[in-house]
Amino acid sequence: MAAPSDNKQPSATAPGVALPPPSLESYLDAVAAARAGLPGQSVPWVRRLREEAATRFAELGFPTTRHEDWKYTNVSAIERHPYAPAPAGASAGVGAAQLETLLFTGIAAHRLVFVNGRYAPSLSGIGALPTGVTVGGLAEMLATQPDKLEPHLGKYVPANAQGFAVLNTALLVDGAYIHLARGTAVEQPIYLVFVATHADALMASPRNLVVAEESSQATIIEQYVALDEGRYFTNAITEAVLARNSHVEHYRFQQESPKAHHISGWHVHQGRDSGFTSHTVDMGGLLARNDLNSRLDAEGAECEFNGLYVVDGHRHVDNHTCVDHAKPHGTSREFYKGVLDGQARAVFNGRVVVHPDAQHTDAQQMNNNLLLSKTAEVDTKPQLEIYADDVKCSHGATVGSLDEDALFYLRTRAIDEAAARDLLTYAFANDVLSRMKLPAIRLQLEQRLTTRLLHGRTLRELELI
Amino acid sequence: MLSIKNLQVNVEGKPILNGIDLEVKAGEVHAIMGPNGSGKSTLANVIAGREGYEVVGGSVTYQGKDLLQLPPEERARAGVFLAFQYPVEVPGVSNIYLLKAALNAVRKHQGKSELDAMDFLTLVREKLKLVEMKEELLYRAVNEGFSGGEKKRNEILQMAILEPKLAVLDETDSGLDIDALKVVANGVNTLRSPERATILVTHYQRLLDYIVPDRVHVLAHGNIVKSGDKSLALELERQGYAWLTQDSARVSA
Repeated sequence: MAAPSDNKQPSATAPGVALPPPSLESYLDAVAAARAGLPGQSVPWVRRLREEAATRFAELGFPTTRHEDWKYTNVSAIERHPYAPAPAGASAGVGAAQLETLLFTGIAAHRLVFVNGRYAPSLSGIGALPTGVTVGGLAEMLATQPDKLEPHLGKYVPANAQGFAVLNTALLVDGAYIHLARGTAVEQPIYLVFVATHADALMASPRNLVVAEESSQATIIEQYVALDEGRYFTNAITEAVLARNSHVEHYRFQQESPKAHHISGWHVHQGRDSGFTSHTVDMGGLLARNDLNSRLDAEGAECEFNGLYVVDGHRHVDNHTCVDHAKPHGTSREFYKGVLDGQARAVFNGRVVVHPDAQHTDAQQMNNNLLLSKTAEVDTKPQLEIYADDVKCSHGATVGSLDEDALFYLRTRAIDEAAARDLLTYAFANDVLSRMKLPAIRLQLEQRLTTRLLHGRTLRELELI
Repeated sequence: MLSIKNLQVNVEGKPILNGIDLEVKAGEVHAIMGPNGSGKSTLANVIAGREGYEVVGGSVTYQGKDLLQLPPEERARAGVFLAFQYPVEVPGVSNIYLLKAALNAVRKHQGKSELDAMDFLTLVREKLKLVEMKEELLYRAVNEGFSGGEKKRNEILQMAILEPKLAVLDETDSGLDIDALKVVANGVNTLRSPERATILVTHYQRLLDYIVPDRVHVLAHGNIVKSGDKSLALELERQGYAWLTQDSARVSA
């Protein structure tokens, strides 16, 4: 058990950052310009939500490396080369055939496609849903049934959220809306595709809301892809509320353009005996930062976070997780692995807070990193803050290169060195994918992993299939 | 088959083998015995090609070729097999896939076609019986979570499938109960043929009750201090190593 650690954030209004830097002004101007045209702006609480966020964003700006939570992830490029909010209407330029090549195949799913952050019904196929289940675009909900959103929208992003989350709220325009009525189960996955196209210098701000009522169940796949190699910025926020005994399984696959900046935040609020499982895989983008937070707000809630990042070149990926054990008998499991090559850099920060009430918490966390080059770098940090005395909490972090003993063992079994290296690297990473329950997704991600790691070899050549 | 001449090996600058001479002919079983730290495992590892062993003198010739010039995988393809003293766990790589990859790499080297899935499985099942191993272990990651005995049986299973020309068993018997020891012995005896040779590196005589060696060598302080037939092992069992290691101190002085 670790001692509670001090986690004071630097004040956002510290001397020197009181005035927004000039480059931030373009974002502030964009927020102001966009405001009038946003859906639901005539609804007082929606307007207030955006305005408060805009004010907060003006105060906060973007985080800098002086903020403890952003110490190793420098986002100044996002500020220096401002991105403009993506306009509507980009979906017309998207060929369905081109899009299909990027998507998971062989899964029957309720599919929603978002182009540059906006729902594109013509590319989507929601299909028949069980009674009591609503799946659609958030913009439409804001315009037509805002009262359904009011109890939840903006409620689960923490009050002390950083600049990106408040910027997303200030520009709140569209995204996925998923509502599962009490006792409903959606058998087929709900598949959210976020596609960037002609997005050079543009910013997409998808905002998703998942409301799972008591004893409901669903699987959600979230995928980020690009049709061209543009330099754009995705700033996505998802809020999810899981009521008593509901279960949500989440798959997130980030395969943005190699020049893209990707910032995403999942903020989950869990009720009694609810279960949330997340599998997150980052293989794309120039810079990716993922915040995955869950508050276990009632007894017996369980969450499981599995993550894999595969980065090379000059790319950067940062996973910040936070599990907030607020009530007794909660369980959390975190298992993140990273493979780094070239001059890539990765950050893992696993925060676990066990509140005084949360006796009998069982929290485990593991982060393993494999460095394939001497110039890659990892900063990994478990951050346990435990205020209850009858708990089981464990954590571990490793950073290393391939196991030389295993390498020699494979070579003495006639496998050549390069293949043995690839095989061990693949096996290391695949450990995360093997936890996925959807076989179609798992197999296709394994395929993409081979493309990334096996230097042109196939699984067949390595006798893996 | 294997000819070792005046082999001298350092580890981290420290001499471990001080001029080993060993001739192993096809069809023979040689036992290499000796106390801890005598260099037995070093010899096994140098034959298999492990890094970190600096050969400072002498030669190792296998089937007329300079073995020391070959990387470990080429030695394996040419028929050299090392059964590890501590078999390595390889998480994420299943046992059966490793067997298949290894066998096909060897067959390819021999100019044979790959075995199809059915023939391969038939072969593996037959060999599983030989080593009395549960089939479920095939589908687990290599050695991961295996008991000590299961790991050693797994080594013998690999050996039985790969059918090496020269098998080196590095203390495969240590830590085994008598039933597992018989399984290991049975695996080695089944493979015994006029075309193959085996080197048993062992600390104990008891393995030699089940695998009768043609020659026994005693290694001490990096030298072979005595060679003989199977009766030498029995003598060691009675008298221990002290009388020989004192000898060696005199020889190397």
